[in-house]
Amino acid sequence: MAFLEINQLHKSYGPVDVLKGINIAIEEGGFLVLVGPSGCGKSTLLNTIAGLEDITSGAIKIDGSVVNDLHPSKRDIAMVFQSYALYPSMNVRDNIAFGLEMRGASKEERADAVAGVADMLQIGHLLDRRPGQLSGGQRQRVAMGRALVRDPKLFLFDEPLSNLDAKLRVDMRTEIKRLHQKLSATIVYVTHDQIEAMTLATQIAVLKDGVLQQVGSPDEVYNTPANLFVADFMGSPTMNLIPAKLEKNDAGVHVELSRESGSIILPVREKAGALDKLIGKNIVFGIRPEDVTDAEGQDAAATDVAQAECHVEVVEPTGADKYVVTHLGGKELIARMRAGFGVNPGDKMPFNFNMGKAHFFDPASEMRVA
Amino acid sequence: MTNMSGKFSRALLYSILIVFAVYYMLPLYVMVVNSVKELDEIRQGAMLSLPQKFTIEPWLSAWSTAQIGVDPTGLKPYFINSILMVVPAVFLSTMLGAVNGYVLTKWQFPGHRIVFGLLLLSCFIPFQIVLIPMARILGTLGIAGTTSGLVFVHMIYGIGFTTLFFRNYYDAFPTELVRAATIDGAGFFRIFYRILLPSSGPIIVVTVIWQFTNVWNDFLFGASFADADSQPVTVALNNLVSSSTGVKEYNVHFAGAILAALPTLVVYIVSGRYFVRGLMAGAVKG
Repeated sequence: MAFLEINQLHKSYGPVDVLKGINIAIEEGGFLVLVGPSGCGKSTLLNTIAGLEDITSGAIKIDGSVVNDLHPSKRDIAMVFQSYALYPSMNVRDNIAFGLEMRGASKEERADAVAGVADMLQIGHLLDRRPGQLSGGQRQRVAMGRALVRDPKLFLFDEPLSNLDAKLRVDMRTEIKRLHQKLSATIVYVTHDQIEAMTLATQIAVLKDGVLQQVGSPDEVYNTPANLFVADFMGSPTMNLIPAKLEKNDAGVHVELSRESGSIILPVREKAGALDKLIGKNIVFGIRPEDVTDAEGQDAAATDVAQAECHVEVVEPTGADKYVVTHLGGKELIARMRAGFGVNPGDKMPFNFNMGKAHFFDPASEMRVA
Repeated sequence: MTNMSGKFSRALLYSILIVFAVYYMLPLYVMVVNSVKELDEIRQGAMLSLPQKFTIEPWLSAWSTAQIGVDPTGLKPYFINSILMVVPAVFLSTMLGAVNGYVLTKWQFPGHRIVFGLLLLSCFIPFQIVLIPMARILGTLGIAGTTSGLVFVHMIYGIGFTTLFFRNYYDAFPTELVRAATIDGAGFFRIFYRILLPSSGPIIVVTVIWQFTNVWNDFLFGASFADADSQPVTVALNNLVSSSTGVKEYNVHFAGAILAALPTLVVYIVSGRYFVRGLMAGAVKG
C-alpha cells in the first residue's frame, strides 16, 4: 500500500481552479519530485499536503490515514522552505529544537536530538550562532536539521536549493540524495529545475496548469514522455520537436521533414509498427540532441540509425560537447556532437539520427504515439 | 572655479542651518536661563542675558511647594499621576497594536482590510468630537475622574496608530516563518511571542516613543476627564501658570514647564536613533 496517497485532489481559490484532480501515490522511502513551470500549482500541492492550505475536495492519506482536516502540526511532517524560514531571534540550537520544545520534549531529549542532527549535518560548530551570521549553505543545512530532528513520517521540500549559487546547489543536491539513501525517508520535493528532478527523484510528477501531465520514474519521464509538454520540459537542451509528415512507400515507413531546399527523408524501422494509424498524416517528430550526432559519435548500442545531410548554421562548444544547430521543418534542430569533432558554420555534413530513440506525437491531441 | 562655488554654496547652506538652529533653540534657552534667575532679576527685563546670581530655588518651588489650584503642592503629585497614567496606557496600546498588526497580516480573515481601514480612520478623528460620548462611557464603566479612566481613553485612542505601525512592520515579516512555526506545533500566541515579538524591537521603540509623547503631552483628555487627584502634569502646569492671584513667578513657571517636558525629551534622546530606523523599516518594504 502506498505511504502517501493523493486522490482526486481539487483546490480552488474562488472561481480559479489551481489543482484539478491530482492523483499521486508514493511508496515508503520514495522520493517524489513535483516539477513544472512557475504557476503550475506544485507549491500549492505541497502546501495542501502540509496542511498549510485547505483543499476543496479529494483526499490526502499519509500512512493509511486521511489527514484532510488535521492541523499541520498533527500530520507528522516536516518542511524545508525556500527561504529556509529560520527563526531570526533564536540561535541555531534553539531553531532546531523549537519543534521538539513545542511537542513537550524534555531538555535532555532536545539536547541529544540536536547533537545527533548537528553531527549528521556537520553543523556542530554553528549551534550558538544566529541565522543572520550564517552563509546560504549553512542556513540550508540548519533548515534541513530542523526538519530531520523531529524524525517525521514525511519530509516536504519547497524549492530548497533555489536561493543557492550554482556550485553550492550541486553540492547540496548530492547531500540531499545521500541523506535520503541513508535515512530511507519519504520525501516530497518541489522544484522548477528539471535537472534536480532527474537526479533526485524515484518518482517524478510533471504538472502544468494544475493538471498532472505524467507520473513515473525519471527514466520513464525522460525516455517516454507522455505528451509534448513533458517532452519539451524535461531535458536540457530541450528535445527537438519538429513538424513532419509520416509516409509509407515500398521501402517502408519514413518521416519527411521539409526545409528550404526540398526535404529530407528519415526511414523508421523499429517503431514503425506503432505508427500505422498516422501514415500520411502530419505528426510532431521529437528527437533529443544526444540522439542526433556525427557519424563516429553515435551511440554504439543504437540499432536504427538514419543519416541525412544537413546544413550547419551555428556551432556552440560547451567544453564537454559541441552543440550544432541546423534548420529542419521550419524549426531549429540541435545536435550534440563530440567536442573534438571539426565542424564549422556553413558546412554541409551528414547528421546521424538515432531513430530507435525518436518520439512521435499527434499534433492535435499533443499526446505521444510512439 | 566649480570648487570655489561649491565651497561658497556649502558655507551659505551651513549659515542658514545655523541661523535656523539658533532660532529654534532660542525659546528653550530663554526658559533654561530664566528658570535659574531670581524674580527681581527677570523683572529688570534682560530675558536673554545669563543669570547674575544662579539659584536653584525656582526648580524646588515648582517641584514641591508652588501653589497649584488651592494646594501648595508643586508639580510632584501630578507628575506622579502622569507616570501612573502613561506607563499602563503606553504598554497596553502597544501590546494591542502588536496583536492587531499580527492578526491583520498573518491571520487574515474576510474583511480584514475593512477592519484595518476603520482603525486607520480613527487616527484622523479630532478628539473634541468624542469628548461627550467618551464621558458617557467612562461614567457607565464607573471610572470617570480616575487615572484608570485616563488610561482607558488613551489606550483606545492609541490603538489606531499602534496598529498602523505594527501592521506595516509585520507585513514585511516573512510568512514562511509563521508557517514553519505552525508545522513545528506552535499556536497563535506562541508564534506571536516566540517568533514575531523578539524581532519587533525597532517598531516597539517607535510605538513607545509615539505613544509616550502623545499621552504625556495630552491636555484635552486630562482637563476633561480627570479629578483634582488624578490630573496629569500638563493640566497642573496650566493651573500653575495661569493662576490669576498673587505675583507671576516667571522663574518658577519656566522651571515647571521644563520639568513637565523633561520625560519626553529624555525618551527622544535615549531612543531617537531607533525612532528613525524603525519608521524606515516599516516604510521601505511596506
